[in-house]
Amino acid sequence: MATEFHNLQELHHSASLATKVFIQRDYSEGTICKFQTKFPAELDSRIERALFEITVKTLNDYYAEAEKIGGQSYLEGCLACATAYVIFLCMETRYEKVLKKISKYIQDQNEKIYAPRGLLITDPIERGMRVIEISVFEDRGSSASSSGSSSTSSSSSGR
Amino acid sequence: MSAVMVSRKVTRKWEKLPGKNTFCCDGRVMMARQKGVFYLTLFLIIGTCALFFAFECPYLAVHLSPAVPMFAAVLFLFVVAMLLRTSFSDPGVLPRALPEEATFIEMEIEAANGSVPAGQRPPPRIRNVQINSQIVKLKYCYTCKIFRPPRASHCSICDNCVERFDHHCPWVGNCVGKRNYRYFYLFTLSLSLLTIYIFAFDIVHVVMRSVDSGFVSTLKESPGTVVEVVICFFTLWSVVGLTGFHTYLISLNQTTNEDIKGSWSGKNRLQNPYSHKNIMRNCCEVLCGPAYPSVLDRRGLLLEKPGTLAIQLASKTSGLELQIAKAKAAAFLRKQSCDDAEYSGPSSTWSSASLKERVSTVKGRSPIAKENGPTPKSKSINPTETISNSKEQDPTPKEKASALKERVSCSKEKRQSSKEQGPPPKEKASAPPLASPDDLTDTFLEKERVH
Repeated sequence: MATEFHNLQELHHSASLATKVFIQRDYSEGTICKFQTKFPAELDSRIERALFEITVKTLNDYYAEAEKIGGQSYLEGCLACATAYVIFLCMETRYEKVLKKISKYIQDQNEKIYAPRGLLITDPIERGMRVIEISVFEDRGSSASSSGSSSTSSSSSGR
Repeated sequence: MSAVMVSRKVTRKWEKLPGKNTFCCDGRVMMARQKGVFYLTLFLIIGTCALFFAFECPYLAVHLSPAVPMFAAVLFLFVVAMLLRTSFSDPGVLPRALPEEATFIEMEIEAANGSVPAGQRPPPRIRNVQINSQIVKLKYCYTCKIFRPPRASHCSICDNCVERFDHHCPWVGNCVGKRNYRYFYLFTLSLSLLTIYIFAFDIVHVVMRSVDSGFVSTLKESPGTVVEVVICFFTLWSVVGLTGFHTYLISLNQTTNEDIKGSWSGKNRLQNPYSHKNIMRNCCEVLCGPAYPSVLDRRGLLLEKPGTLAIQLASKTSGLELQIAKAKAAAFLRKQSCDDAEYSGPSSTWSSASLKERVSTVKGRSPIAKENGPTPKSKSINPTETISNSKEQDPTPKEKASALKERVSCSKEKRQSSKEQGPPPKEKASAPPLASPDDLTDTFLEKERVH
């Protein structure tokens, strides 16, 4: 599949988008927001498996914290009900607070780990919390040859 | 670049959302298209309460207690607040897949199915997942181009996939789903209480007044009472019945949709994998669970681009600094690949800088990102209209995407899957083995109307 993408790619600009990898949701525990930690083959030459798994596991932990049904969520629910949910117009819910933390974490990960490797994670909330979209960028030099640049990228990444 | 930006009209994302919703207050309010019955609901509630406050309350406040009208007022405000919350909020709509995601899923499906001989139907698109040791089938939505999450369903009236889809309620003029189910339940519960309250105090009022002045003259003095009693009598049976039904569903952690389809009826040893097997826990999860955010960014800004000309304009006139940053990123990546360099030092900052632009625009709700590419009424992939996420808006990913789509659509035509794309009713025709939730939604709609 990666080969087909690369064959179709035109090479005007540097650091152009090569392909996108979509990490799907893991529904084994029900409808809670959790993503699969299975390492996609397309990222094999781009990033270490351990780093990827840490990112996805941390995101899963954040979402689990947001969706946890416990004392705090009961309190928030009952308080909001007592005010006919008008309080949600003024107050930020716990979920929204965690989403902000997630957004910051993703930005942090992009800057420190993914961008130097030519990757970019898109916040799942921008994709309807269905997928984690990872954009894979290739530079012009490494993909200049017409042969499938999966081979060139693996040779150019020099690992 | 700034000159080009100023001349463009800025629109909000809700204006380009596909689906048959109507939006008000610049995207803050989201409802179904048919709102007539909702206005009727509002009229009945406000009208009946107005009559109650006009005819009964003055008498009861004096002869019984001022707490009677006060409690009625509080209950009335709560009912209206819950109704408006249910009607105006996003029920949990799932945004449609952007072209890259749709293509990715298509390729996964093709890889899984292998090659289908010409003339044969392709197998139904189903993904099996195991949830709490129960196999659940995820169905593919041909309109939204996604595999629906468990418990999600496509509402044919609103033309959206909704998470934890319960039903489409014409009385509230919206779907009832994950995000607004608790408001809907509280609305029916409080409306039941209000109806019982008004009915009871109407009777009390009539009895008390009849003792003084006689039954017939009482009815002549407060004609509103007759109207209220009639409305409350008919409302009582339907609303109280509905509240009871939903209390039963909540205690089992089921949706109306699942109940109608008999998903967890127990035959074939199918048990509800979402239930905690404990009534209190089920109730707490549904009613006191977290307040889920809307994933539809209705009020995000969208830069309108008239066709591809603007895209080319944008790429040509986009700042020189952008070009330089990209070149430097490329230089860094080349250096990295040749030298097997470590990721520190000045060269790494260039790569970070160029990708930081993307990062900073990706972060939060980006004003520059152009998303939701397909035109609202178009259900087929339109390669000329979408660039889902390229921040530099260069034609490269678009051409790649369009070429890909041509390949995909060519292979699709071989399998006659052009029938499978299209408006939701065709979903029923193309996949008979799958029980269509749209049919059942309509069936329940008819049932709702009976109520």
